[in-house]
Amino acid sequence: MIDSVKSFLGWFFVTGDPMIYGADASIALVSIGIVAVLTYFKKWKWLWNEWLTTVDHKKIGIMYIIAALLMLFRGGMDALMMRAQLTLPNMHFLDAEHYNQVFTTHGTIMIIFVAMPFIFGLMNIAVPLQIGARDVAYPFLNALSFWLFFFGAMLFNLSFVIGGSPDAGWSSYAPYAGAEMNPGVGQNYYLIGVQISGIGSLATGINFLVTILKMRAPGMTLFKMPMFTWSILITSVIVVFAFPAFTVALALMTIDRLFGAHFFTIAAGGSPMLWANLFWFWGHPEVYIVLLPVFGIFSEVIATFAHKTLFGYAVMVWSMVAISVLSFITWLHHFFTMGNTAPVNAFFSISTMLIAIPTGVKIFNWLFTLNKGRIQFTTPMLWALAFIPNFTIGGVTGVMLAMAPADYQYHNSYFLVAHFHSTLIAGTVFGIFCGLHYWWPKMFGYMLDEVKGKWSFWIFMISFNICFMPMYFLGLMGMTRRMYTYPAGLGWTPINVVMSIGAAGMGIGFALMAYNIVWSAVRGKKDTTGDPWNGRTLEWATASPAAEYNFAHIPEIKSRDAFAAMKEARAAGHAETVPPYKAIHMPNNTGIPVIMSAFMFIAGFGFVFEWYWMGIPGLIGVVACMIARSFVYDDHHYIPVEKVKQTEAATGRLS
Amino acid sequence: MNGTQKQLKAGFPWKQVIGLILSLTLTFLALWIAVGLSLPVHVTIAIIVSLAIFQAFIQLFMFMHVTEGTEPVHQLMGILFGIYVAFTVVAGTLWILAYAL
Amino acid sequence: MTDATLSLHEKDRSQMPIEYSTEEGDLRIVGFWIFLAAELVLFGTLFGTYLVLQSHTAGGPTAKDLFEIGPVMAETIVLLVSSFTCGLSTIELRRHNKRGLIGWLLVTILLGLVFVGLEVNEFYTYAVHEGAPLSRSAFLSGFFVLLGTHGCHVSLGIVWIIGILLQLGKRGITPVTARKAFMAGLYWHFLDVVWIFIFTAVYLTGWVI
Repeated sequence: MIDSVKSFLGWFFVTGDPMIYGADASIALVSIGIVAVLTYFKKWKWLWNEWLTTVDHKKIGIMYIIAALLMLFRGGMDALMMRAQLTLPNMHFLDAEHYNQVFTTHGTIMIIFVAMPFIFGLMNIAVPLQIGARDVAYPFLNALSFWLFFFGAMLFNLSFVIGGSPDAGWSSYAPYAGAEMNPGVGQNYYLIGVQISGIGSLATGINFLVTILKMRAPGMTLFKMPMFTWSILITSVIVVFAFPAFTVALALMTIDRLFGAHFFTIAAGGSPMLWANLFWFWGHPEVYIVLLPVFGIFSEVIATFAHKTLFGYAVMVWSMVAISVLSFITWLHHFFTMGNTAPVNAFFSISTMLIAIPTGVKIFNWLFTLNKGRIQFTTPMLWALAFIPNFTIGGVTGVMLAMAPADYQYHNSYFLVAHFHSTLIAGTVFGIFCGLHYWWPKMFGYMLDEVKGKWSFWIFMISFNICFMPMYFLGLMGMTRRMYTYPAGLGWTPINVVMSIGAAGMGIGFALMAYNIVWSAVRGKKDTTGDPWNGRTLEWATASPAAEYNFAHIPEIKSRDAFAAMKEARAAGHAETVPPYKAIHMPNNTGIPVIMSAFMFIAGFGFVFEWYWMGIPGLIGVVACMIARSFVYDDHHYIPVEKVKQTEAATGRLS
Repeated sequence: MNGTQKQLKAGFPWKQVIGLILSLTLTFLALWIAVGLSLPVHVTIAIIVSLAIFQAFIQLFMFMHVTEGTEPVHQLMGILFGIYVAFTVVAGTLWILAYAL
Repeated sequence: MTDATLSLHEKDRSQMPIEYSTEEGDLRIVGFWIFLAAELVLFGTLFGTYLVLQSHTAGGPTAKDLFEIGPVMAETIVLLVSSFTCGLSTIELRRHNKRGLIGWLLVTILLGLVFVGLEVNEFYTYAVHEGAPLSRSAFLSGFFVLLGTHGCHVSLGIVWIIGILLQLGKRGITPVTARKAFMAGLYWHFLDVVWIFIFTAVYLTGWVI
């Protein structure tokens, strides 16, 4: 009896590595610490009422960003472990199995649990404010999306200490990821954790698409919208139409593994190549899902700090529309070497080069916006300016990879790894850091310190180049991705040492940013005006942080850069009349999203271990929550005029 | 009361009945072409797929009121983009994996 | 909710049918259309998968061996007629005729139940009597998952419409219940569209090739 319990525990918990025990202990301590602090300060009720049940897009945005920052820390630790292992030849810091798990979780976490939720967080905060709305189209669904993402991420991370991590790479190619070659629960964690958060992403896409199409303030036609809002509109379109394919691909592999189907197996007629095809049918549009929003952020930041309106607004919009259409017909360039026929490779090679054109056009738009501007070098502006050259290098090497014959040489080498890090770090990561600094005062009402912000920028940006510039050459010298060690004498060692120094520098840059956040929370400059950057768009027209209802009066929009126009009118002495306040209609808080997602987590955990006694009741709980929600009719309330007056007076906005 | 509602008040649901008759006719026509005739395979497939697309549009316009709403252009664009992506994934997958068919 | 609330576009809704008469109803119906458009891609991916794997029978039964015209046509006709009765329920909704709406919705879900019964019987026949379960070959994996996904959608639709019927019985036709009944109708017609393609791409093509 005791032996069987022991053997179960030995199989259930990941054992055998001192680093894992360290992680076990720290996870346990942090959890106890959080529970103790919440109990000591009697904050449980506050946590439930203010955060867990909220449907306020601004709070949901903040929760997305906190979760994404934590995941960025985890993914960054994975990266540092890989660099430690590869610094010198014949290292034994990680064994092969462990190394495979580390690069798998690094990739999956960075794309699915950092880049996307960080962007979702920023768009939750900025988009409704930019279009002058009081919330998103479906506030309940918005909360549900967040909690599905959160519990999906937690399920995936649980694999670290319970059952074992996936090790088939973030792209999880069949047949290696199938049950035959990859038994155990690791791959199930990947499939089900990513699936749960993917459902949330699809819902977010629909939500923001409808919000932007239907809820803009009066006068704001589509071509008067801020560029960030435009980028989110286009991104939402791509999310809505790309994610269903991924949902299917993940479900098919899950059915393969759990119920013995033969979609991607080698036996009984399965087609492993079909997995690559379906995965990248989602995977390529996904690249634009994490890039277009940061193009929007850079457009806002560059226009604000060049003190000019954005150059070539219409061209910017149409190039994003072109990207949304083209992004669905380039997916095969991820597997040129799979043995496709020549016409297939030729078509996708050309479509890939085509999609570089609208992207290149945007670079010129930013440069011409800067031209003759009064440039102010704030921290967000530094991130935006650094983006332009660094990202262009990633774009140009992408066009090199797009040539199918040449790709046979570059494929799966470190040249490829350097390319996609140049786009995803210089694009997405610079972009989310830029947006974080830019919108931070809007989120919390105080500024991040500029001096520390600039230090963290310079350290991170220079270290990024130290790490990834040499990597292109390492790839051309023949080092392939995902190898866990290499022999001495190939001439790779010096480059690997330099790269590891760069990686450590990026870690220091990020740590400094984290320190800046903590320091500024205590001593940061308060933003009392609501408009610390002299902004051009509507989110700066309200208080920092914005009241629950965003705008006491919905603004009337007459032109692009609506807030800049309002300020000019004010300066020209046009008096504004403030009409009387009205009661404001708002959605009620609800606990159903978090409870429903918790049931989803229980169901997911059950299916990971193929414990149907746990999985099926979990799913029944999910359906019960949906039914319960359908019968809720009392789902909104009015904020009385008195309360609105009080709130506005407190921010000094009552004239 | 707008035009549609007045017309509905008037009585018999012509649109729905015609839709049903057309659907059933097209279904049996496709069955007959596929099973009853022996045309070359690719010709048969081209015809039955065309009939299916036609029948889908009957549902969309006669039953689903796709052109209604405050701004029907939104759902029309959405459905069109959905058709584009769905067509791309089917046609692309078949083309890429044609050697395995 | 009669005033402009979360959304602020002032639009003339008095001319619109009841399900569009509030801001909220308008927003939800548009969102549901977008969801259906996303479902097109979901089913498109399943169709692409099935068509690639159709010939991968691994020595097991083929489409021609399994599919029989009688049961398939029965399923098809039941579902087509249910789409028609569902269309009639939307007409009764627009006439504000609660009894007519509830009646036609009941007929629709009864036909839906018959469809699900026929499909379960077909699956059972293949998997148990013909020795062709999902794990037999890639072709059968594709078949069961494509049709099973559609069948699950129909079953979920039945549960959803039962919930709406309860709310209609209790509250009558209000802008909220009308919006729900209208959306369930859209969903039901959409599933019929998917079946048309299943009928063509799976059954007819299976008999032809």
